[in-house]
Amino acid sequence: MQPLAQPPHRFDSAAAVLGSDQLRLDAAPVDYALVAVYFVFVLGIGLMARARVSSSIDFFLSGRSLPAWVTGLAFISANLGAVEIMGMSANGAEYGMPTMHYFWIGAVPAMLFLGVVMMPFYYGSKVRSVPEFMRRRFGTGAHLVNALSFAVAQVLIAGVNLYLLGSIVNVLLGWPLWVSVIVAALIVLSYITLGGLSAAIYNEVLQFFVIVAALLPLTLVGLHRIGGVSGLKDQVTARPDGAEQWHSWPGHELSGFSNNFLSVTGIVLGLGFVLSFGYWTTNFVEVQRALATHSISAARRTPIIGAYPKMFIPFIVVIPGMVAALLIPQIAELKNTGHGDATYNQSLLYLMKEVLPNGLLGVGLAGLLAAFMAGMAANISAFNTVFSYDLWQQYVIKDKPDGYYLTVGRLATVGATAIAIGTAFIAGSFSNMMDYLQTLFSFFNAPLFATFILGMFWKRMTPTAGWVGLVFGTLSAVVVFILNKAEVFHLSGQGSSFVAAGVAFVVDMVLSIAVSMWTAPKPDAELVGLVYSETPKDQLSDPDAATLPWYQRPVLLAGIALVIVIALNIFVG
Amino acid sequence: MLFDIRTIVGSLLGCYGLILVVTALVHDTAADRVRTGGWNINLWAGIGMLVAAAAFLLWVVLRPVRQLTEAEPEPADTEPPAGPSEP
Repeated sequence: MQPLAQPPHRFDSAAAVLGSDQLRLDAAPVDYALVAVYFVFVLGIGLMARARVSSSIDFFLSGRSLPAWVTGLAFISANLGAVEIMGMSANGAEYGMPTMHYFWIGAVPAMLFLGVVMMPFYYGSKVRSVPEFMRRRFGTGAHLVNALSFAVAQVLIAGVNLYLLGSIVNVLLGWPLWVSVIVAALIVLSYITLGGLSAAIYNEVLQFFVIVAALLPLTLVGLHRIGGVSGLKDQVTARPDGAEQWHSWPGHELSGFSNNFLSVTGIVLGLGFVLSFGYWTTNFVEVQRALATHSISAARRTPIIGAYPKMFIPFIVVIPGMVAALLIPQIAELKNTGHGDATYNQSLLYLMKEVLPNGLLGVGLAGLLAAFMAGMAANISAFNTVFSYDLWQQYVIKDKPDGYYLTVGRLATVGATAIAIGTAFIAGSFSNMMDYLQTLFSFFNAPLFATFILGMFWKRMTPTAGWVGLVFGTLSAVVVFILNKAEVFHLSGQGSSFVAAGVAFVVDMVLSIAVSMWTAPKPDAELVGLVYSETPKDQLSDPDAATLPWYQRPVLLAGIALVIVIALNIFVG
Repeated sequence: MLFDIRTIVGSLLGCYGLILVVTALVHDTAADRVRTGGWNINLWAGIGMLVAAAAFLLWVVLRPVRQLTEAEPEPADTEPPAGPSEP
């Protein structure tokens, strides 16, 4: 998974270094049994999925056959990795309720936009990946930039995930790092090479329920221990900055802007628009799940159905973090004095150790491992598709029979896993470098969104503008990032990522428009299915779209989701 | 039927529910009660998972996946009545 907005407390190696003795869990045989049962199911899914793989489309896109609720859950699960769960509970522990913005502002609107506006182009044009859409719209320049940066980022992120998994298992259970890294990599490798995307998606759905089964009791017991919701409210608001922590708006501490207006604008435009739209609408890890469905309307429903659980996940991720900040002495000390033995990233682990008895502890462990592996599996299954279709088939060996690319996909999975293992070991020695790399990858997203949205609605945009905008948009974000690091100007909190993404977005837009004026556009005939004005309306919807029952209509479902998320902001936030 | 994700999720939650309920009945110590603030959380979480498992399996029985035809595979009709089954 890719960190949405470089959270202030992304889960990193520091968690493993400190407090390793304090966090050792007293796992009993029953806990190991529960973890083992989960692994049996994971591998079983891989074996059963294998029987269904007979073509490359089966392997890479699940034969375009899955129902929307399955892909919808996989859509959010692919993002709900352990990095996200631990990072967001850490933010909950430090900032309190403003963390909800990462879900309500930073995810749901973009997911609804993807479903309502962009998905008809992705699915309707029958592309097999997001970079392939790039190639058909802008030609090979933008395609190469996009496909290569995506492929490299996925493998490295998978490696970082793997390293974090290994270090967490090391802290919690005392296993050597290399054992858990290799075992986890082999498990992911076996089910993806066997079953392809179907195995990845089914495991993501399973993971979703295991995570809920682990976090829901944790949240309830944690709340019970500090006197329920009213106890939480009393203790949070009793702090000096209590009002700030109990209400999600205006979120000064999160955005780093002390002015109310700037803070709200920063969160809405920075987090809610450039960062989240860039991530959710162009990241192939996410979009691939929707392409695995059977029709345009099911593809559109995928992110929209995913938005419903996405709204409620923070209640079982952020609240435990807030509880940990009150209940766990080490975290409370950190929060009150600003330093201590623990880090915020350990909040969730400490809370698990504190309140879960043997039994549920095993479910919690299984949930964490599930989250790490599913995050990695999502990266690898998106990587092998882009590698096989967009790089190998496009630039290296064309025009082979389908079975050849299926084999390439399986081999790519093996190669990606090997590189991920290597990355995991390198990450152990150079953890700071890995943090910077992850930040760097998050810069690819904002200009991508600018290029896509302009390209989908403005037929005049030229192939040259496609790659120029991408390259210079990304570079401008990097420059802003370096200037901030070098203290040329200073923005704390999330301010710097908001500004970096915003600059990248604007630079991409301006350059794309300027370059388009001076270069030759593609002929209109080549833009059918890719650009709004050139595409017949019936190509953007299913033949039976008008006869769907209300609960299968994407736009209506998106409207309901929007109303609920606004209500959550008003009544809970 | 076997490779229906609803069956898989239902079975896993069923196994977990069963293990947790048994654990709660044979191993309910005072130390654990201190952790949970007096609740027998293994028991309640176990029962919750068993209920969820039953719901999934019932869903499979009530709305089985339509048989795929050999020539033109039809999409499996397993849409839920709007929204997620469990947030």
